[in-house]
Amino acid sequence: MKNVVYLHAENALNKAALEIVSYAQRLGGNVTVLATGSLSNDILSTLGNYGASEVIVHRTLSNNDDQNLTSWIASMSSEAANIVFSHDFTGKAIAPRLSVRLKSGLVSGAVALPESDGSVKVNVFSGKAFGFVKCHSSQRIISLLPNSVAPEPIGAACPVIELNDAVGPNKVRVLSVKKPEGAIPLPEADRVVSGGRGLKGPEHWGILEDLAKTLGAATACSRPVADIGWRPHHEHVGQTGVAIRPNLYIAVGISGAIQHLAGVNGSKVIVVINTDAEAPFFKAADYGIVGDAFEVVPKFTAALKKFAGQ
Amino acid sequence: MKILVCISKAPDTTSKISFTSDRTAFDETGVQYIVNPYDEWYALVRALEIKETQGAEITIITVGNASDEAIMRKALAIGADEAVRIDAEPKDAYFVATAIADYAKNQGFDLILTGKETINFNGSQIGGMIAELLDQPYISVASKLELSSNTLTLEREIAGGVEVVEVDMPAVVSCAKGMAEQRIPNMRGIMAARTKPLQIISPKGLDMLTSYVTFASPPPKSGVKLVDVDNLDELVSLLHNEAKVI
Ligand SMILES: Cc1cc2nc3c(=O)[nH]c(=O)nc-3n(C[C@H](O)[C@H](O)[C@H](O)COP(=O)(O)OP(=O)(O)OC[C@H]3O[C@@H](n4cnc5c(N)ncnc54)[C@H](O)[C@@H]3O)c2cc1C
Repeated sequence: MKNVVYLHAENALNKAALEIVSYAQRLGGNVTVLATGSLSNDILSTLGNYGASEVIVHRTLSNNDDQNLTSWIASMSSEAANIVFSHDFTGKAIAPRLSVRLKSGLVSGAVALPESDGSVKVNVFSGKAFGFVKCHSSQRIISLLPNSVAPEPIGAACPVIELNDAVGPNKVRVLSVKKPEGAIPLPEADRVVSGGRGLKGPEHWGILEDLAKTLGAATACSRPVADIGWRPHHEHVGQTGVAIRPNLYIAVGISGAIQHLAGVNGSKVIVVINTDAEAPFFKAADYGIVGDAFEVVPKFTAALKKFAGQ
Repeated sequence: MKILVCISKAPDTTSKISFTSDRTAFDETGVQYIVNPYDEWYALVRALEIKETQGAEITIITVGNASDEAIMRKALAIGADEAVRIDAEPKDAYFVATAIADYAKNQGFDLILTGKETINFNGSQIGGMIAELLDQPYISVASKLELSSNTLTLEREIAGGVEVVEVDMPAVVSCAKGMAEQRIPNMRGIMAARTKPLQIISPKGLDMLTSYVTFASPPPKSGVKLVDVDNLDELVSLLHNEAKVI
């Protein structure tokens, strides 16, 4: 059996890349990684540690060129039992096209390895429930939600084959890309510190940023906070924002409305800080502190620093 | 300029999500349906803004049964010109996408818009599938869309950054937050919607590639452990020793 993984990598292998390779390895059989991007062969070969048998990297194909990219992946997947993507921007763009091209079922937003009946668990109702999806085709396409499986180093470096084939014209012209250096993409973050209207204004985000920095966490917010413009839209989590499933989610001054919980209740551990002991978020929390964010957060950060120093 | 906006019904965001006793289907008892927020707030409203500034004819389409006409009338009340309902119970994303692409292929739409996902199945599949079926480019999860003659300029928020791309129409775009602001239909719109054309089409020979075998609810939390404001060392210790997340 053979499985194919597609990923795009520029400066480093992100966690999502390791997760999908590890996931494909655990499906059984050989794993061929199809890659685009400028990441060096040396680093790509380390995907072997996570179960890749080979990496084929196409240097002339843009990850924005969804039509040519779909053709390439389709041409390399004829023998694949499973084709695995990360459920991120590229996965969301390419996997549906590939599903049509190969006439193979797409399981999107998978959160676990297949069950014994072949169905795959996915997030539905924005995290309010799970569904188990079966494909009727012989090939299966899976896009995996970040933070669903822990990548496991198991093997050694693998060979990397470089392609520089000419590709047809790309209908999508990239005008500019702005990417903040070093920022942790929210869906991939292991730890997230999130603020709501209880913080009363954007000028108070410093205490959350200090906490986030101490924990190596990404920052997020509730919808009204993004709507009023206190924080950028891409930090908005919830049913109509980004759905996340970090190991640790710390909610500060967020009431815990059903639409907010929907996007975050896949988190492994939830800590809630709120002045109102009756705030609905406490019902969904593992740990809670009833108290004023402006007092609790700096104390929490100090306690973490003390712990890290020990 | 002809724009097709794909809309889907979704349970109201406050709905309690439960399933039938054999757990094979969503329990619709007492559930209020709304237009999927991404389809309405962003795709449809951006189409209306284009219509108002540059002129366009907006068709909304949904694959569903007669009960879905309520959400279609809402989309017409907000300002779409006409509606098409493909009369079938949606089976999976491929089924819906092929039904829509089959209708769209001879209609000469310049632009097809979808929401970035539905809030019930979160698949992000329909737009890309339609694009592939029609052999058109697809820009997914766009947060800004500008139109100048035949060219679209789009922004996508990628992992904290922003990417700006350009593509010629016809094209398919899935729409996310940032693209437009939600609009509330007014009385005039609601009255006008009653008489706007709503065409019903019977689908032919549609396939499906996937199905849901069962559903499950997440296990309930075992209860919150409260920590005192003056004892944050204890919280740190619980996160380290008990939860093992730091
Ligand atoms: C269709 C629809 C979709 C939606 N989608 C989303 C979504 O995706 N994500 C989302 O987040 N929301 C969403 N909402 C909005 C949601 O219903 C809530 O209105 C929103 O989550 C509330 O945000 P909040 O908790 O920041 O603010 P509030 O509800 O105002 O809560 C503020 C909280 O802060 C606490 N507080 C006040 N002062 C302090 C202090 N000094 N220290 C500590 N705590 C303090 C208060 O006790 C309160 O609990 C949606 C709503 C609708 C109708």
